[in-house]
Amino acid sequence: MHYKQVMLFITGKAVKLATLLIAVSILSFFLISYSPIDPVQLYIGADMTRVSPEQRENIAEYWGLHESKPQQFINWGKAVLHGDFGTSLLYRSPVADVIAERFLASLALMVVAWLLSGVVGFLLGIIAGMRQGTWADHVIKGFCFTLASTPAFWLALLFLMTFSVWLGWFPVGLGTPAGVLAEDVTWVERLRHLVLPALTLSIAGVANVALHTREKLIEVLASEYIRFAKAKGEHGFVLVWRHGLRNISIPAVSLHFASFGELFGGAVLAEQVFSYPGLGQAIVQAGLGGDVPLLLGIVLFSAVFVFVGNVMADLLYQLIDPRMRRSGVQ
Amino acid sequence: MSMQRIDAYATPTKSNRSERQRAWTRIILALLLLAGIVVWALLINADNLKVNLEGRNTAPSLAHLFGTDWLGRDMFARTLKGLTLSLAVGMLAALSSTGIALFFSLLSSWNKWLDDMVTWVTDLFLSIPHIVTLILLSVAVGGGFKGVVVGLALTHWPRFTRLLRAEVLQVKEAEYVGVSRQLGRSRLWIARHHFLPHLFPHLLVGFLLLLPHAILHEAAITFLGFGFSTDTPAIGVILSESMSYLSTGLWWLAFFPGLALVIMVSIFELLGRSIRRLAETSSG
Repeated sequence: MHYKQVMLFITGKAVKLATLLIAVSILSFFLISYSPIDPVQLYIGADMTRVSPEQRENIAEYWGLHESKPQQFINWGKAVLHGDFGTSLLYRSPVADVIAERFLASLALMVVAWLLSGVVGFLLGIIAGMRQGTWADHVIKGFCFTLASTPAFWLALLFLMTFSVWLGWFPVGLGTPAGVLAEDVTWVERLRHLVLPALTLSIAGVANVALHTREKLIEVLASEYIRFAKAKGEHGFVLVWRHGLRNISIPAVSLHFASFGELFGGAVLAEQVFSYPGLGQAIVQAGLGGDVPLLLGIVLFSAVFVFVGNVMADLLYQLIDPRMRRSGVQ
Repeated sequence: MSMQRIDAYATPTKSNRSERQRAWTRIILALLLLAGIVVWALLINADNLKVNLEGRNTAPSLAHLFGTDWLGRDMFARTLKGLTLSLAVGMLAALSSTGIALFFSLLSSWNKWLDDMVTWVTDLFLSIPHIVTLILLSVAVGGGFKGVVVGLALTHWPRFTRLLRAEVLQVKEAEYVGVSRQLGRSRLWIARHHFLPHLFPHLLVGFLLLLPHAILHEAAITFLGFGFSTDTPAIGVILSESMSYLSTGLWWLAFFPGLALVIMVSIFELLGRSIRRLAETSSG
């Protein structure tokens, strides 16, 4: 790709991300600021009886709660621009730190699940597409449609019942064993706690990729050049390997990148079932506990996460498809 | 490769009679099953939902098909009630999202600026994971039943809007619309007489395909603890409560309600796909 085009692409995406984040923060800030949650009440929590009305007033004053909503937003926005997302009420530590720590745990989960569901989904799609109309195709298609109707958290509950409670192969919950210091946790333990949530999340993501790949492969197999290759005597996997794979793999990988939003949503549910200490569990706690700074922080973070996935999807098309390259950067 | 390349995705070029007949059979079957669920749930006697401490924690049997919970409540009755609740909330959500999508798509046919605005808002909503938007809206409204319904109703339109917008923009270029415009018809007249009849099948199919999504999201958000109080027999609440009893071996508390939800959602999925196929074959 041309140097100038690369620069254009990067600046274009950066501008887009900036406007997106501004819009998301305005929208979410005003949604939350009109909610009936009383931040002072939440902050005081159990000490309610020991705090006098004057002290409450002081806290409200200190936080600038008496200022107008737009002024409050500007104050908050200024702080965010300086990297200060405020202090989480639930964890009593800076929101940025909580997000960083939680995201690392979620990332491990999501990376494993993303890769696994991509590979398995792609293979299933190829098998179904090659054997279109046969029992293998029907089984795979039926499996995918059923998966699409299955709530991921119910699947997680089934795994928990079967593998943890009944067979006892895996721990029932928590990212690390209870009563052990974080530094002392071995890698094996961490992995054991990762298996079931990752498995749930990857199975939930298979259907999309598989159905898409199947459809594309069927389309490709009906094309002129495949007919020509067949006339030359090529068939089976060799035929797909030589002529089909390149055409179907890029859209599939692209689609998979564009599904970061669903991946994040699935992680929220899977983490809840297995009480895995990731970002998804944090946003649920923040939402239920009225931890507004943390909630806003994670909303912004999730928007960046989805955006990165979409940029990767775009980039793949730009890099691989020569037609897109010639027509210039969008 | 034979000519049998017709599947759920490819639009058949010729209207295929047996294909249509099969679609009709599926639609009727699906409607009957759904009607069965609703009628059965309405006939349920309120006694079954009551606490009955003598018969608690019993495994599935003929008297209690899905077993009973730690308060002796019949899980079959609770599941059926939960399904109808999910159905009602899902219907409301899908209906209002269809309305929003229709409004936005007509709005984008007005002029370039409004079209850009609609596209921008659609992209904005798609830029945050759906679950996160639901949590945000639920918190903003103050949680509870209202939070769930508002959240579900306001978040299912973006993809559908994209689809409808493309349809409207396509019809807008049609010759008969141009003729109407030259005859001095107002925009509202054109919207009512040209756009709406064209959009109607899309609205129906889109609504039906939104339903399973809305129902699954309702279950997910209530499972996370937003929304319904714990004594409401919603599937999400039932499943989230069952988590405390899994380690003691009460597997039926989670297994059957979830399975029932999967079956109901699958029926809707089937209904939506069959009607879409019917709409495609009739216009081809």
